[in-house]
Amino acid sequence: MRASWIVAAACAIVLSGAAGAQAKTLVYCSEGSPGNFNPMLNTDGTTFNANLPIYNRLVEFQPGSTEVGPGLSTKWTVTPDGLTYTFFLRHGVKWQSNDKFKPTRDFNADDVIFSFGRQADKSNPYHSVSGGNYAYYGDMGMPTLIKSIQKIDPYTVVFTLSKPAAPFLADMAMDFASIQSKEYADALLKLGKPELIDQEPIGTGPFEFVAYSKDSTIRYRAFPGYWGPKPKLSALVFSIVKDPAVRLAKLRANECQIAIYPNPADLPSIRADKNLKMLSQPGLNIGYLAFNTQKKPFTDVRVRQAINMAIDKKAILQAIYQGAGQVAKNLIPPTMWSYDNAIKDWPYDPAKAKELLAQAGFPNGFSTSLWAMPVSRPYNPDARRMAEMMQADLAKIGVKANIVSYEWGEYLKRVRNGEHDMALLGWTGDNGDPDNFFVPLAGCDAARLGGGSASKWCNKDFESLVQKAAASSDHAERVKLYEQAQVVMHEQAPFVFVAHSVVFMPMRKNVEGYQMSPFGRVQFDHVDLK
Amino acid sequence: MLQFLFRRVLLVIPTFIGVTFLAFIMIHLVPGDPIEVMAGEHGIDPVQLAALRHHYGLDLPLWLQFVHYEINVVTGGLGRSIVTHRTVWHEFVALFPATLELTFCAMLVSLCVGIPLGVIAAVKRGSAFDYGLMGLSVTGASMPIFWWGLMMILVFSVALGWTPVSGRISDMFYVKPWSGFMLIDSWFSDDKGAFLSAVSHLILPAIVLGTYPLAIVARMTRSAMLEVLGEDYIRTARAKGLASVRVVIVHALRNALIPVVTVVGLSVGSLLGGAILTETVFSWPGVGHWLVEAIQRRDYPVLQGGTLLIASLVIVVNLCVDMTYGMLNPRIRR
Repeated sequence: MRASWIVAAACAIVLSGAAGAQAKTLVYCSEGSPGNFNPMLNTDGTTFNANLPIYNRLVEFQPGSTEVGPGLSTKWTVTPDGLTYTFFLRHGVKWQSNDKFKPTRDFNADDVIFSFGRQADKSNPYHSVSGGNYAYYGDMGMPTLIKSIQKIDPYTVVFTLSKPAAPFLADMAMDFASIQSKEYADALLKLGKPELIDQEPIGTGPFEFVAYSKDSTIRYRAFPGYWGPKPKLSALVFSIVKDPAVRLAKLRANECQIAIYPNPADLPSIRADKNLKMLSQPGLNIGYLAFNTQKKPFTDVRVRQAINMAIDKKAILQAIYQGAGQVAKNLIPPTMWSYDNAIKDWPYDPAKAKELLAQAGFPNGFSTSLWAMPVSRPYNPDARRMAEMMQADLAKIGVKANIVSYEWGEYLKRVRNGEHDMALLGWTGDNGDPDNFFVPLAGCDAARLGGGSASKWCNKDFESLVQKAAASSDHAERVKLYEQAQVVMHEQAPFVFVAHSVVFMPMRKNVEGYQMSPFGRVQFDHVDLK
Repeated sequence: MLQFLFRRVLLVIPTFIGVTFLAFIMIHLVPGDPIEVMAGEHGIDPVQLAALRHHYGLDLPLWLQFVHYEINVVTGGLGRSIVTHRTVWHEFVALFPATLELTFCAMLVSLCVGIPLGVIAAVKRGSAFDYGLMGLSVTGASMPIFWWGLMMILVFSVALGWTPVSGRISDMFYVKPWSGFMLIDSWFSDDKGAFLSAVSHLILPAIVLGTYPLAIVARMTRSAMLEVLGEDYIRTARAKGLASVRVVIVHALRNALIPVVTVVGLSVGSLLGGAILTETVFSWPGVGHWLVEAIQRRDYPVLQGGTLLIASLVIVVNLCVDMTYGMLNPRIRR
């Protein structure tokens, strides 16, 4: 008798794992913990995704695209010289609330001034709160670009720039440009707890923050006062699971309904699972091999072209990306506007490569170093193995490449200082503007020692084209200029463009309305559970 | 007894300094810089980099950083996380109950299962059960937690669907953290399903983490029991005509437990080490999970402070074991 009771109790305990459902709660299995709840202070996608339900920006990327549309401002004007941007703010936008703060007013120009002032102005009482490292604001060149921000009236704000910069509008849709509440900031300052603004966030977005239990869950509920279309979910839970195998197991067990970043090896079994479906999209990224063009023999364009022809990219794609990628021929991914599809990639032709090397004065090849990063990145899941495959390809044309690797931070520093001969690296785009690929990766400023360019390539023709494009606000002209720049880059071959990885998002069959973002953002305002 | 206690406590001081030194030096020996890692491919402006390094004191010579660190530790400050900007102490206190809960349950599993198994094996020495158990305990002690945890998930959670995959409680329940121990918090929550959910989430990780100590406890109990069962007083007890069960449980086991207590105390360190892996596999939001993340981000304050706190805990537990041992066996006090 007693034994049967124990068995019954054990069954009850075991079965209860699946119990407890609430109306329209979606659980999303995320890959890590957010740094905090302020995207201004962070640079990683995990933190951005955790903040996306809460905050809005002046302009927003349209769902599933890199196009910029209205957000907290309904419209904007740009003066012909490209120096003055006037944003007309949306009326009647409500702020969320929590146990420390009940808003007394709607969103207005003061909040915009506060949010940018916090990042720009060292005398702002919030500037050094939570470490005060506004890396992205700095990286995007805002401190020198934005000359002033003025409030004309409660619903009009004017940004004056120091030079014309066409990508500025897209920059305003980026996560660092999220708008925080000035009234909340003032209230917390009075309470003597300013750091709470970045831990218990208040925003204007579709979901409001409920609770964060570190490394475990983030809880949100639909914000009834949201200015946009009301979200269809009543609650949203981010369940933090670092291991991709465990995320998939949770998805299969219906403990979460969407899971990010599956293992490439699991893709076939996900496709075969009748309870799951999977969306995919080419990522806004590029994985490449960069030549240090300031070091011999890579100063010679023929050597660079020869290596481009010696590497079998298709084989690499199959082995390393396991189908989750596409061969790259340009620096920018094909989903980005101004992508030049007319460019013909260097063919895989070891014989021709050998010939070119001989012309360059290396009939017997040469010895060099090939750097491989120690970590898996979205644009290159296994750099070490990729380096080994390239090493084998290069050996066929007589080039002996030694594989070198360092700890990740050290690796980046040394590549920036130009210590390498050839290095594997990559990039994930921020704002969907081609400028965000060409300038930081191949511009002359980035080619200095310590600059971000791994190729250390500074070409006058290319530079003048991308600079002209950045200064122009004529979209058609910019497209043309960037296409020309891609032709120059192809001929000069400062990189071997390896692949754009494809991002997969497996989910349960009953999830509807989910759209993948080219930026790898995870957004739930339009998602429904059937 | 007092003198013994005093000597033991005095010995803790050099151990403690050694631990702080090791925690500090090991993480600084690993190449990498927290600011560079944070910046990633985007890089960081050299001026800003210098300013941030200065802000976190990373530009000082290593020995001076260590001195500052020691002064902070002595005055009770463990610093703030470079990533979240919250104090290390605050984060530790929020996460530690989860680790403690898991470790405690794993220990419970290992004792409740390991001791009876060891006793039976000793009593039935040389039987198939004995050999089988000893074979299994070698397997258990050498099982890599990562593999074992994933196997358990695949079989019991995915294939059979008996237990949840990961986490401390179903994401559908929201239990306000009060004590930090999910079993306690969920017991007092209004949602009565929450407690059962918390228990079901504990089963697999506790078994996985408890496997190693279970194997050790079973072996230890067996060998200690064998030794005790051969003693004269056991023969006397049997000769008196006492029931066999009584002889084994009351006379033999009680004495055999002394070395088991030591093993349990010493395995607290390895349990906490194992918790780091178990927490990673089961997404268990404890200090292990937290430290692994800190290693990846080179979050020096968290790593130094976290290691220090865990090491202190192990030191204290070992001290307690020594003292219990001293109490159980007066000969050791000398």
